[in-house]
Amino acid sequence: MNDKQEVTFTVNGEKVSVDVVPRELLVHTLRERLNLTGTHIGCDSSHCGACTVDFNGRSVKACTVLTVQAQDAHIVTVEGLAGPSGLHPVQEGFQQEHGLQCGFCTPGMLMRAYRFLQENPNPTEDQVRTGMAGNLCRCTGYQNIVKAVQYAANKLSARSV
Amino acid sequence: MGIPTEHYTRKEKLGGVGCERRRKEDARFIQGKGNYVDDIKLPGMLHGDFVRSPYAHARIKSIDASAALALPGVHAVLTAKDLKPLNLHWMPTLAGDVQAVLADEKVGFQYQEVAFVVADDRYIAADAADMVKVEYEVLPCVSDPHRAMDPDAPEIRPDLAGKMQGAHSARKHHNHIFTWEVGDKAATDLAFSMAEVTVKEKIWYPRNHGSPLETCGAVAAFDKANGELKLWVTSQAPHVVRTVVAQLSGLDEARVHVVAPDVGGGFGVKVGIYPGYVCAIVASISLGRPVKWIEDRVEHLAATAFGRDYHMTGELAADKDGRIKALRVHVLADHGAFDSCADPSKWPAGFFNICTGSYDIKVAYVCVDGVYTNKAPGGVSYRCSFRVTEASYIIERMIDVLAQRLGIDKAEIRLRNFIKPEQFPYMSALGWEYDSGNYAEGLRKVLEACDYAGLRREQAEKRARGYLMGIGLSTFTEIVGAGPTKICDILGVGMFDSCEIRVHPTGSAIARFGTKDQGQSHRTTYAQILATEIGIPSENIMIEEGDTDTAPYGLGTYGSRSTPTAGAAAARAGRKIRAKARKIAAHLLEVSEDDLEWDVDRFVVKGVPDQMKTMKDIAWAAYNNVPPGLEPGLEAVDYYDPPNMTYPSGAYLCVVDIDRYTGEVKVRRFYALDDCGTRINPIIIDGQIHGGLTEAFAVAMGQELPYDKEGNLLGASLLDYFIPTAVETPKYETDFTVTPSPHHPIGAKGVGESPHVGGVSAFSNAVIDAFSHVGVTHIDMPYKSCNVWKMLHALGLDKRE
Ligand code: FES
Ligand code: FES
Repeated sequence: MNDKQEVTFTVNGEKVSVDVVPRELLVHTLRERLNLTGTHIGCDSSHCGACTVDFNGRSVKACTVLTVQAQDAHIVTVEGLAGPSGLHPVQEGFQQEHGLQCGFCTPGMLMRAYRFLQENPNPTEDQVRTGMAGNLCRCTGYQNIVKAVQYAANKLSARSV
Repeated sequence: MGIPTEHYTRKEKLGGVGCERRRKEDARFIQGKGNYVDDIKLPGMLHGDFVRSPYAHARIKSIDASAALALPGVHAVLTAKDLKPLNLHWMPTLAGDVQAVLADEKVGFQYQEVAFVVADDRYIAADAADMVKVEYEVLPCVSDPHRAMDPDAPEIRPDLAGKMQGAHSARKHHNHIFTWEVGDKAATDLAFSMAEVTVKEKIWYPRNHGSPLETCGAVAAFDKANGELKLWVTSQAPHVVRTVVAQLSGLDEARVHVVAPDVGGGFGVKVGIYPGYVCAIVASISLGRPVKWIEDRVEHLAATAFGRDYHMTGELAADKDGRIKALRVHVLADHGAFDSCADPSKWPAGFFNICTGSYDIKVAYVCVDGVYTNKAPGGVSYRCSFRVTEASYIIERMIDVLAQRLGIDKAEIRLRNFIKPEQFPYMSALGWEYDSGNYAEGLRKVLEACDYAGLRREQAEKRARGYLMGIGLSTFTEIVGAGPTKICDILGVGMFDSCEIRVHPTGSAIARFGTKDQGQSHRTTYAQILATEIGIPSENIMIEEGDTDTAPYGLGTYGSRSTPTAGAAAARAGRKIRAKARKIAAHLLEVSEDDLEWDVDRFVVKGVPDQMKTMKDIAWAAYNNVPPGLEPGLEAVDYYDPPNMTYPSGAYLCVVDIDRYTGEVKVRRFYALDDCGTRINPIIIDGQIHGGLTEAFAVAMGQELPYDKEGNLLGASLLDYFIPTAVETPKYETDFTVTPSPHHPIGAKGVGESPHVGGVSAFSNAVIDAFSHVGVTHIDMPYKSCNVWKMLHALGLDKRE
């Protein structure tokens, strides 16, 4: 159980190697070894989505992934969302539409929205609600989160035309 | 005065009260740069984890930590025996009781803290916690509060044996905490005996939990060389934490540095002081290394302060026209094994005596009995100013019960009983002086916006066709902004709040407060209040809170108190700045102060608009050219002791459709009109309303912490505890009226909790209204499909024709 294993993967475009015991959870590796504390822990049990990261092109809950499963993976966390040209449209949307209050759910929400809008670039309101259902927020009541995601959808589609 | 458009531009640029300013908190959060307690990492930091009791009531026969201590990476296992020499095995609660930090010979609730393991990392700490062997002798337990005061009920608190005087009243049984009575019992009894109509209902407000997305935690770092303690903690009231830690530890308060960094939601849960904080501190002091303790979600739900759990009996006396003559309420309050309610010291049931609500009820009597049971301690206010939700719930439910009995429309009966605008300030039968309100105006606006008459017609048609539709109204009044120090204190510290401003030479400013944001947007809105008062754009005013070394002392953020108290302090400190600025401007312009008038961001010589000094000019002069006799600098501080509470109100309407066959409740419409007095930032207000309504929805539709007879908590994870997702959550329409508070410097009343307080009864009243035609007057929350289906089934409404 205590034999460490070397695991190599890419986070936010940078290649990293960590030595971890097999039971170490990805969320702890990100937060404690790589100092990427934007990814949060709200439950440890896959319910809240605060730990959502982008993992090989899918949204995953990093509290339920072992770091050893991340060999060769491409991971994006909230810290990697903004690009050289500024904030990502989902970040802008959350700011513009008052989509956050305490901010604790926000990184997970943003990472889910980031992937969701690639899966469904022109979602209806109901589709946004279903698409974001793996992420809990205790503060906002979701109404402005829905608007934030729609804001980002509009912005992204304007960009692609 | 400048020309109108120029004047308008300056006002726009100011970003003061009333504008839709975008949040200043967001930039860090959306980039993953927040700084919450669990993000703090110090060199040599260790991690703590608890051994918790599997039993609700048991004697601890022995604790064997040898195997745990033998595990590499384990540094200590603390038990009550280790804390005893420091006198830290028990700690005072805010309610005047004591609570075991680590179980002292006996456990009183399932999941109680028994031992604290400290190790190199959280994995080793968890392993070691599993290896601590505790031998228990299980004792009979009290799970049902109605049995708590039976003569033969097991004694939950032998530490109180023989103590027949509690913090709030005499104790009449070993499991009795207090009896709290308010109002005129004799007059109320008389009114009931003479009334044309009386109604009575047993109403339980179930035990639930505020459960913010971030759980509780702390990092304690004791510096042995200097004898100083630094504590980062998930706290809504960091200054209070500092005072309590100093008192408990014996450290000089100046050597205790408490910081509440970013807090991931609080909702009242982060007001109290928990065993984990104390254990982290003790471990850090004894090991000389920083110690982090972060609870997991199960620990949070199972052991950290719950909300509500009020077993209420409500009664109304009225005449045949539905005019209420008297209110009588009895409450059996289940406080769990320790009385750890977070209320102002003199208020064992919080401000439950606001339960006459928005109605002109001449006589009333309330009696609350608090009892111990073998359940987790707590009783904090879950987004509610001290039991105000329970109070609002009982009156909003009872007025519906009365309407049903008399066959009077539920809107009409409210209009008949409202306190009228001309009656303010209004002294209630239970002792509160309501500041202002216009209840009928709010309700009428809502009824019109939703076509209430049309909804009632639709309901009648639907009923005729066998469909269940419910319309719920809630016209609540809250009491927030605690509070006047002569009646409100926490552990002896009066509940004032504070603001300190420094205007820098180049014309920007920093202001610090005794409150602590957990999502309320203080950085954004406090700066707006100040901008309007001192004429410096809100963009140039930094707001800081949470560091007890730099912020002025204050009692923190809960009970919707930030705007009523610290917001008032901001306005008053701002006025002190402006008064000094006037002196400086007069000096610079070589006129008398009386010749000057204030215009948005400057002083202008009356009638000579181009003779003026902007705040920027004045700020610079404050540091090099003040009139003789005046101190240089431009700073002010204000400690605001409010003369009264504030009384926000609202009118909510909720429409539900219920599936007869499955019991599923669908919220079709929710219209929320709030009156929080002066509106500082409409966007932030709407955000607070959406969030609070969603909590209310969660409470009404599913949140509960049920216990079985043996005191086992049935469901303490997010698998069982209902937190709605975006899919279940209804959509909300918001609206407002503005009735400023006459005693608040800017007329603001506070809004954070209104939607929760008013929302719960709106949802409840809607569900129950759907059953009113078959004679149902009450159904206890939560309205999970299975519970609603049971009601449908019992009434035979689920039969297919
Ligand atoms: S922490 Fe991973 S889902 Fe909650
Ligand atoms: S903003 Fe607080 S949990 Fe979503």
